[in-house]
Amino acid sequence: MPQPVISAVDLVKRYGDVAAVDGLSFEVAAGESFGLLGPNGAGKSTTMRMIGAVSTRTGGELSILGLDPDRNGPDIRSQLGVVPQADNLDTELRVRENLLVYGRYFGLPRKVVAERADELLAFAQLEDKGDAKVDALSGGMKRRLTIARGLINDPRILLLDEPTTGLDPQARHILWDRLFRLKEQGKTLVLTTHYMDEAEQLCDRLIVVDHGRIMAEGTPAELIRRYSSREVLELRFGSDRNEEVARALEGSGDRVEVLPDRILVYTADGEAELERIVDAGLHPRTSLVRRSSLEDVFLRLTGRSLIE
Amino acid sequence: MSVVDHAIEHRGAGRRGVGALYAGNSRAVMYRGWRATRSTNWLVMLSGLFEPIFYLLSLGIGLGALVGTVAVDGQEVPYAAFIAPALLAVAAMNGAIYDSTWNVFFKIRFARLYEGMLATSLGPLDVALGEILLALLRGALYAVSFLLVMQVLGLTLSWWALLALPAVLLIAFGFASVGMAITSYLKSFQQMDWINFVMLPMFLFSATFYPLSVYPEAIQRIIQALPLWHGVELVRSLTTGAVDWGLLWHVAYFVVMIAVGLTFTTKRLRALFLD
Repeated sequence: MPQPVISAVDLVKRYGDVAAVDGLSFEVAAGESFGLLGPNGAGKSTTMRMIGAVSTRTGGELSILGLDPDRNGPDIRSQLGVVPQADNLDTELRVRENLLVYGRYFGLPRKVVAERADELLAFAQLEDKGDAKVDALSGGMKRRLTIARGLINDPRILLLDEPTTGLDPQARHILWDRLFRLKEQGKTLVLTTHYMDEAEQLCDRLIVVDHGRIMAEGTPAELIRRYSSREVLELRFGSDRNEEVARALEGSGDRVEVLPDRILVYTADGEAELERIVDAGLHPRTSLVRRSSLEDVFLRLTGRSLIE
Repeated sequence: MSVVDHAIEHRGAGRRGVGALYAGNSRAVMYRGWRATRSTNWLVMLSGLFEPIFYLLSLGIGLGALVGTVAVDGQEVPYAAFIAPALLAVAAMNGAIYDSTWNVFFKIRFARLYEGMLATSLGPLDVALGEILLALLRGALYAVSFLLVMQVLGLTLSWWALLALPAVLLIAFGFASVGMAITSYLKSFQQMDWINFVMLPMFLFSATFYPLSVYPEAIQRIIQALPLWHGVELVRSLTTGAVDWGLLWHVAYFVVMIAVGLTFTTKRLRALFLD
């Protein structure tokens, strides 16, 4: 295996007595698209800040592109692109100026920055917005501009902290398409998300994080295979009857999970399971058979839903 | 820039990693400021230019007709020529303070501009120095315009007045440096108002409009501890030609302000954005 571009061993970050990150170990290979999946407060953003060499670790080992961020912060940062969770675009500058000025922060020559700025505006589908004010852009456009800005130094790794949080579905799909292109070009992507569909779309491999610890690691398909069944049967009997019916359902499928509003039956064949349940005299108000997702993996690992 | 070198040596010796201080690229921060000023707030900037000129015209010429002359080091000078150098120091101070307090506060608390800058290869000293030099330039712009007005009105009485130019740069540098340091520790608009609360009395009472000797001894000591008094004395000595080696004390006062301000600003930016 070639040298990983990111390698963390027992990574810890404490704020006072609280361990925001509590012993994470993982590696990211060059060209890989790696995800950190977890609920709010799981320690994803803190981990991203340590990888981004803007936060010092409390313990453990961390190597980015073969360098230690405690010794080579600026060298590492010069090879990273960062897309933070909340946009921090420069609203006193125009769209294209944001790229020009950001490139200068890396000490890049004016001419190089100007050429890249035009290429990146095209990549972000903002060619005709170069002279617009940042505040006049839509949420999706701002995000694309932030990504373009993160690429101005031609980074080896792009860090994306919840890239599509707060965007409408259409804007999310445009963004996913852009990120997928970067992945095809061989850019290493590291992203955090609490959206399952996003992780499934973009990540080659991911870790599920909760309370600063790794709960599971693998490709999305592996995780689903390991921690869930092929299909999920969702049944609704009405909030007041769920508990009672759940007892009768015990032993159905591989596993039964009772949520406040519905019951999930994990099984290889949802239709067949539903037939058995109806034959047994239980009649759900609604039923739905769907494929298993990372949401189910998370529920299995932590006993909680991902978005509360 | 020996003050800066000193700050690097002092703070940077043990920290080359996440908190590494200086990439030698503060001009990128100034370039950003120049573009931002050009596209958004150059009109606001111009307004600060006229304030000291209005004071000079109304008090210096209007009130000056009643006052006559004032004694500076045994030399009788017209009232307008007495207050003009003080207003010059004030112009440098105001320009530097506008940029290094309110503008910086907004960038730290709301625009999260520095967070973005510090995710690049820039260090906190690049950011601090770039912003402070920019504020200094604004102070210098006000001061140079005012100096021209003084010259035209015949209020510069000595060739020493040429040295008033580097003197106002020094004054602006000192105020910008301390202004940004203080701002970086403040958290709310209410706290920002304290700055105005200090600035106005300092402007009125620092021997700006009358000699220090009108105060009783104890009050004189307090006034002499304030930075504006040192600025006023320095510039007034130069434009009226009452020059002696004692002026170096005023210079030293501002050099210390610059060093302290830069050190604390850098420290604070690192604590805020590189934890």
